[in-house]
Amino acid sequence: MHELAVTESLLQVVLRHANEGGAGKVVSVSVRIGGLSDLVNEWVQRYFDHLSRGTIAEGAVIRIERIPTTFRCDQCGHVFPADPRTREEIRCPLCSSAEMTLATGRECFVQQIEVVNGFGA
Amino acid sequence: MVEVRLIEVREELLAENRQEAGDIRAELRRQGVFMLNLMSSPGSGKTSLILRAVRALKDVFQIAVIEGDIEAMVDAEKMVREGIPAVQIRTGGACHLDAPMIAAALKELDLAALDCIIIENVGNLVCPAEFDTGAARRAVILSVPEGDDKPLKYPLIFSVSDLLVINKTDYLEGSDFDPEALRERVLRLNPGIRILSLSCRTGEGVSEWTRWLADEIEVFRNK
Repeated sequence: MHELAVTESLLQVVLRHANEGGAGKVVSVSVRIGGLSDLVNEWVQRYFDHLSRGTIAEGAVIRIERIPTTFRCDQCGHVFPADPRTREEIRCPLCSSAEMTLATGRECFVQQIEVVNGFGA
Repeated sequence: MVEVRLIEVREELLAENRQEAGDIRAELRRQGVFMLNLMSSPGSGKTSLILRAVRALKDVFQIAVIEGDIEAMVDAEKMVREGIPAVQIRTGGACHLDAPMIAAALKELDLAALDCIIIENVGNLVCPAEFDTGAARRAVILSVPEGDDKPLKYPLIFSVSDLLVINKTDYLEGSDFDPEALRERVLRLNPGIRILSLSCRTGEGVSEWTRWLADEIEVFRNK
């Protein structure tokens, strides 16, 4: 739903880093997004294709890597993956405590971009 | 020869919004104005909850409202009729409010005369969760008719909020809404969240909400 706004921001970040790095063209963009995010990959790519027209990022492939949602047990410190969308009770697999804190899953950042130098540069 | 190379970015995707939200937070801190970002589905009681709080606290605190509904001016007009300073943001169909929109709305308000601003975000459990508005606290409302499974479907919003208000508890009787299951689902995402149950219609539990808001405003001002 909010993919357009997110993609606008993504393009700004990509262009800023590409320009600072003296790139002639952006080939790909690697993005890491936590499992709690509802972003739909396909829409991010479609909006990016549209928004990047006429910029050096036109035609870049967006690679989205999902970071699994994990919890840290408040009792024993064990970090384990679990699906917060499950109806089942989540318990630590080591000590079976039900007290836990979200460790990963809310990430949303641009990891790296792949660029080529300007022709004739 | 075309040489492909990597540029490490490692920057938040919504970096620009985060930056502006930080600026807003600093400005409100300077002015001593507490801002709350209130989020929920459409129809779960954002406007009613705000009206309840402003009426209860009007002799103590000056509260203004920033309205972010896609629907024209309905909610802002309700506020103005009550004598509450209100700014309507027309999101132009956007599904959430972001920091630049809030920065523009703040220019319409007399910050020096205010103690508190409540943002009535766009009715939506998905998008508002992703965007920092610069508010000091975030609250989410879940009304009983929506069901106790919402934290399973929209975990992010429950994981980023400081307060969960369960509204319309007058609908609990005869429903299959399980308050204990809801608590457990929310607390495993966010053990620090405060949970209040109330009914804006009957008024039951509403004083807990107004007390929470009053305490937050005071703590913020005394920081």
